[in-house]
Amino acid sequence: MSRSLLRSDRSASLLWRRKLADRMATGLSWLAMLIVVCVLGSILWTLFKNGLAGLSVNLFTHSMAAPGQNGGLANAIMGSILQTGLAILLGTPAGLLTGIYLAEYGANSVLARTVRFVSDMLLSAPSILIGLFIYMVLVAPLGHFSGYAGSLALAILAMPIVVRTTEDMLYLVPVAMREAGIALGAPKWRVILFICLRAARGGILTGVLLAVARVAGETAPLLFTSLGNSEWSVDMDRPMASLPVAIYQYAGSAYQDWMQQAWTGALLVTLGVLVVNIVVRVGTRGGRT
Amino acid sequence: MEISARQPLPATKKNHPAGGVLVVLGAIIGVMAVGGWKAFAAFGPEFLISAVWNPVTQHFGAAAPVFGTIVSSALALVVAVPLAFGTAFWLAALAPPAAAAFIGMAVQLLAAVPSIIFGMWGFFVVVPLIAHYVQPTARHLFGHVPGLSALVAGAPFGTGLFTASLILAIMITPSITAVMRDVFVSMPTVLRESAYGLGATRWEVMRNVVLPWSRQGVIGAVVLGMGRAMGETMAVTFVIGDSNHIGWSLFAPANTIASLIALEFPESPAGSLKLASLMALGAILMAISFLTLWFSRWLLARGQKAAGG
Repeated sequence: MSRSLLRSDRSASLLWRRKLADRMATGLSWLAMLIVVCVLGSILWTLFKNGLAGLSVNLFTHSMAAPGQNGGLANAIMGSILQTGLAILLGTPAGLLTGIYLAEYGANSVLARTVRFVSDMLLSAPSILIGLFIYMVLVAPLGHFSGYAGSLALAILAMPIVVRTTEDMLYLVPVAMREAGIALGAPKWRVILFICLRAARGGILTGVLLAVARVAGETAPLLFTSLGNSEWSVDMDRPMASLPVAIYQYAGSAYQDWMQQAWTGALLVTLGVLVVNIVVRVGTRGGRT
Repeated sequence: MEISARQPLPATKKNHPAGGVLVVLGAIIGVMAVGGWKAFAAFGPEFLISAVWNPVTQHFGAAAPVFGTIVSSALALVVAVPLAFGTAFWLAALAPPAAAAFIGMAVQLLAAVPSIIFGMWGFFVVVPLIAHYVQPTARHLFGHVPGLSALVAGAPFGTGLFTASLILAIMITPSITAVMRDVFVSMPTVLRESAYGLGATRWEVMRNVVLPWSRQGVIGAVVLGMGRAMGETMAVTFVIGDSNHIGWSLFAPANTIASLIALEFPESPAGSLKLASLMALGAILMAISFLTLWFSRWLLARGQKAAGG
């Protein structure tokens, strides 16, 4: 009698302890999630609070100027668009072809696995080193900073993203569709070009857009390649301004109006990057496996 | 976008692509090393262990920024790993499906925020908090404890190793979370359900079933985060305080390799010994981060192979 009482007592206490451990673990897990969400909220709130006040037509029509000269960010915005655009034009075809090779031809050969490995390394490699690399092989030998060099550095950053999504999306194309093409007598290149790529089009576009979002906010590689420029310039062979570099220059300054423009520029960059991300992720959520 | 998002590949042959990889690896490190050759030649092996960084006397050493890089990344992991694990646990096991999609997206958005934005946010929001509240509190609590007092010494600037680590932790949390969540979710449901069927609580299932099963993937995710943290530049540049100094204090200004390169490059004329030293530091960072990333991929691939049976 007393024995069984003791045992039920012990098991009740064990159950209580297990429940307590579960409560504590799940509570801490909720806390961690809330911290992460709050940080994102705090960043967005800070940007809106400080950045909204500086939004004006002037910002988009005037180039950077000395403090107090009523300058804008027009040349930086243009420079960012030009350099990001050229980077995507360079990086997308290279990434697309590499991705097709990996998914359709290379499969598991030594070369394919090496390329896959290097591409994954580049995906996480420090972007500042990509900038230094371009400085060494392009800027130093030519003797001047240029928008081309900046674009090339950004293209190297964009490429592995396109490689990864292209490869992943081609894997998702059903085998039956390829077989249907082959059964009709189509050569492999036609099957890839007109069946697989077409089926994977949406996913590949996602990768390109993610690459745009990634490189548009990059600062470190541009410091050593396109350098920045306070004048209006669309000549890609000369030093070129960009929004992130302009933010970096202005945010470290002591002038009220430069600080204001840095915040507004930061708001613009962040909103652009986040909107692209939201559109891409909401748009493809149904198609993901 | 994350590693484990890739479909499992068909059965692999046993040979490793190590040879080709080493060639590529060597080429990139080689370019940096060529650029930094002058520094290696001028200082010899002492470059690696010297903590002096003095442009006036033209004496440069790598030890201080290497110290800053490793300490800030390690501290960042201490903060980021529990955060990421908690969030991944929540996303994989606790969240209502609609909320999981929403919060999962928020986490991905945090990963997409450009690093310079983290830098500005860190400098104008986190640095004042550290200077006014965190460091004074830490000094009040630990300032007179032998052994701990050195860790909290120094004037409350707000910038320094601790602040940099905090920002780094926040930046790498989303990517660690994403990989961890993928690893947790990729586990066969029947294993988890058997444990629930035996009456295990959610935490017991996580601790005794999911974690042992996905251990390698989780470690791979953590090492990947470490690799990211070591190369992060802009955010750290804003909050690290720019001082080439090795010390015990967590709140003292310091430098990482990446922040030193970003800060000193504009004042380094082409062909100067200083620029060569920065290049040499770049080569060192390249080597460290490639080794780290390689290790993490190896762990993740092994975890995936174990998952495939």
